Amino acid sequence: MKLKKFVVFITVMSIFVLSIGFGVSAEPFRVAFIMPSSINDFAWSQSMYDALMTIQEEMGKEEFQFVYSESMFIVADAAAAIRDYASEGYDLVIAHGSQYGSSLVEIAPDFPNTSFAWGSTANVFSDQGITNIFAYEPLAEQGGFVNGVLAAKLSQSDVFGVIGPIETGDAKHYTEGFKAGIESITPDAKVNITWIGSYSDVALASEAAQTHIDAGADVLTGTSQMVVGAIGVAKQRGALWFGYDVDQTALAPKHVVSSVDVVWAVALRPMIEMIKNGEMGGKIFTLNLENGGIKIVVNGEAIVDKTIEDIIKGKIMVR
Amino acid sequence: MEAIIMGIIKSAIRLATPYLYASIGETLGQLSGVLNLGVDGVMLMGAFSAFYTVVKTGNLVLGLLVAMAVGAIFGLLIAFINVTLKAEQGISGIGIYIFGLGLSSLLFRVLIGTVQTVNGFAPLPIPWLSKIPLFGEIFFQQNILVYGAFFLIPLSWFVINKTPLGLSIRAVGQHPEAADSLGVNVVRIRYLTVIIGGILSGIAGASLSIALLNVFQQNLTNGMGFIAVALVYFGAWRPLSVLTGALLFSSVNAIQIWIQVKGVNIPSDFTLMFPYIITIVVLAAMAKRHVRPPKALNKPFERGE
Repeated sequence: MKLKKFVVFITVMSIFVLSIGFGVSAEPFRVAFIMPSSINDFAWSQSMYDALMTIQEEMGKEEFQFVYSESMFIVADAAAAIRDYASEGYDLVIAHGSQYGSSLVEIAPDFPNTSFAWGSTANVFSDQGITNIFAYEPLAEQGGFVNGVLAAKLSQSDVFGVIGPIETGDAKHYTEGFKAGIESITPDAKVNITWIGSYSDVALASEAAQTHIDAGADVLTGTSQMVVGAIGVAKQRGALWFGYDVDQTALAPKHVVSSVDVVWAVALRPMIEMIKNGEMGGKIFTLNLENGGIKIVVNGEAIVDKTIEDIIKGKIMVR
Repeated sequence: MEAIIMGIIKSAIRLATPYLYASIGETLGQLSGVLNLGVDGVMLMGAFSAFYTVVKTGNLVLGLLVAMAVGAIFGLLIAFINVTLKAEQGISGIGIYIFGLGLSSLLFRVLIGTVQTVNGFAPLPIPWLSKIPLFGEIFFQQNILVYGAFFLIPLSWFVINKTPLGLSIRAVGQHPEAADSLGVNVVRIRYLTVIIGGILSGIAGASLSIALLNVFQQNLTNGMGFIAVALVYFGAWRPLSVLTGALLFSSVNAIQIWIQVKGVNIPSDFTLMFPYIITIVVLAAMAKRHVRPPKALNKPFERGE
């Protein structure tokens, strides 16, 4: 009997000591990332993946680890993945899409020791008493405005085509900014806007681009992962392209003039610091031109080529 | 206005192209009694394999041939599952779809890694015909896979209605036992139609990745293969009606894009519903035609003694 008690005592003690030991040794910060498309979509999901890679390089693989789930376009699947990651004890679960908010409201209260983040949104659900949700939101309209100014300067026809996914969130803000930017230079420009009702319908996006060009546009822009089809059309038919989310130059180096690069790392760095200090949520991180969360990546080659071509063809008179 | 109408027709022709290949392939399979819901998966495999070949070799014709070969292999697999193993066709088709979606995504990830563009089939103006005002520009300045899709309609009509092979296909789909007793090899005919269907689905995919969009992305088809199956029902297993359906669906889509481009004050959420609303309305209107599917559709053939 005594022996048994002794064994139990020793076991409990060793568990206690070991757990303290592990608590002291630096555990890595672990992030799970849920996305609607894939890490190589040249748009929305890739921009967050790039940010996580940046953070990992800065903090080192010993200090920062992340895992991800792709193609979570079905919200119910995403919710299951979010719950799984939370139960596995990840420090931060990023649900990268404004469609995931309602799932977080249900899941977050069950896991007070995990932080959750989602966007683009400015809603952290503090009104519902939830304290462990962060939100992030880029001021897409700022990037859109800069792109619009550049577009207005380069267009010959003053007809512009926007290929947007669904009229909401970043896509809507970006489009409004783009239009305002153009109109600040060319007040009577025609900015034709199409919404294709999907983030992933590459074929319809491509056809929308064809239609814009048929309607006289010589400059196109658009957001979300389906625009790769539209960029292909811009390349084929010689229109200029302005990108969003990531630097899209590689898709058509002679036609992509500038891209709005959303640098999510600007939101992630302070978020991780807060979590390490025990603040689990409640803050909205805004990305803008001032804090470097929105960057404009200009592809000089495309602008120079276009200008030279216009001079040669006599569209621009320099004498 | 003239420019808009021309634009709509041109768009509709481009949009209809992948549907035509996939739907005609599916029509042949269904006429012989095999339902294949995996069209989208085969299209994705065709799209990927054509794209990958073009990225590696720059050879468009080779890309097309590889897509056809991959489509044929998938067709063989589908035929083996449905005809030889006599699987439940609706279920096995979903399996093929998910397999094609997953495998094409995996191969894309491993072999290419990131989205990129290729120079696909360029428009190939047909001499003389392309010079006809309006008409020529709309119909005879397309790329070769677009011509192929439209040529497929009379070709498949002829094969189905005017050849002994077409008669065998229809017989096998209506009364396999009767066909069998007359010496038609039911299993061989079904293998043939399903493999041709696979090849055509492969071309449908290639028409996206190396002719119309010139890009590959995971799930590039975005469910087109399912619309293609719906068009077979819409077209009541007749190539000409399938063409009508594909053009109707595509032109309504083209019109809704133009409505948005021209800034007509209708909410985009509403215009985007047009193609689907029209399709449902037409289907409802046609329901009175009493068109019956092939009698043996979805039924495995058990040879009596």
